[in-house]
Amino acid sequence: MVAGGFGVGKTTFVGAVSEINPLRTEAVMTSASAGIDDLTHTGDKTTTTVAMDFGRITLDQDLILYLFGTPGQDRFWFMWDDLVRGAIGAIVLVDTRRLADCFPAVDYFENSGLPFVIALNGFDGQQPYQPDEVREALQIGPDTPIITTDARHRADAKSALITLVEHALMARLR
Amino acid sequence: MATPPGGSSSGNWSYGPGQGQGQGDQHRYDFPSAPSQHRPYAHPGSQNPGPSPYDQPQAPRIQPVQPQRRTPEPAPAGASSNPLVRPYAMTGGRTRPRYQLAIEALVHTIAQPHQMQGQLPEHQRICNLCREIKSVAEISALLTIPLGVARILVADLAEAGLVAIHQPGGDENAGGQPDVTLLERVLSGLRKL
Repeated sequence: MVAGGFGVGKTTFVGAVSEINPLRTEAVMTSASAGIDDLTHTGDKTTTTVAMDFGRITLDQDLILYLFGTPGQDRFWFMWDDLVRGAIGAIVLVDTRRLADCFPAVDYFENSGLPFVIALNGFDGQQPYQPDEVREALQIGPDTPIITTDARHRADAKSALITLVEHALMARLR
Repeated sequence: MATPPGGSSSGNWSYGPGQGQGQGDQHRYDFPSAPSQHRPYAHPGSQNPGPSPYDQPQAPRIQPVQPQRRTPEPAPAGASSNPLVRPYAMTGGRTRPRYQLAIEALVHTIAQPHQMQGQLPEHQRICNLCREIKSVAEISALLTIPLGVARILVADLAEAGLVAIHQPGGDENAGGQPDVTLLERVLSGLRKL
């Protein structure tokens, strides 16, 4: 999963490393959100559409990695629940100029137990803050990797993914 | 998310030229039937056990709401200018598949061409698309079908034996998280990119 605030570069990140142009899937739901079974009883509800961009990487003849950018709106948590199941982990993209935007994602992954790494997306190639400063500001424990990245560059995105899978593997073996 | 398709012998899953490009910008609910048609997916041959969803009281037309909108607005009655077919019209009103398909579950058509006759248009489109293996998410995106609808249609096809589904494996003891072997394979694959 690739998470983070609105406009932080989730789709850019997915596009940088995906073998296909990022695709967009949409989920339609009622305003009463998930768990609704039967549209015949939804007379007083309206629907909304949540868009989610994703890409794919074929790693082997029989192994495909899918990268899902989480919906930008934090209130669609149930979409996240759907994505967390079976996920290896999450990359939380952070724009250090808008640090607070990543709080909901960090909270969510800390609570769900899904391994995650923080990736500071350097806009205009600038990294105004050191990972240690961000770690302190976010109150992130020492076990969670914090890296710098440029979501536009394939090598950076790939490296972030490797960091995440290594972290997930360590978490499983611990 | 990584999806190892167990038992599949498909070798080359690469996309054909042009696929997956520019599709996202097309009309979002690009269903083949015109919105003015009544009962667009009730074709004559269909057996429909139980009460038909069309016999039930008419629910208001489904209106996409801008995500920013905080207070839900009641859908205007009889919005005849609405260009959308109701997303769940083709699923007979069902919003849950018979079994839960992962968004990254892989779908592969196993139907013979003659089996496609008489199938719903959306079922046929999915079968045509999945001659090359695709995830549920890709079916939703490439055919511009909402995700929940794609899940139901794919589950229908699987039940009818027209597609094979490769659900991602997971370690049940770890809440469905990928097991260590899979993580190692993913890591090794990423390093080789």
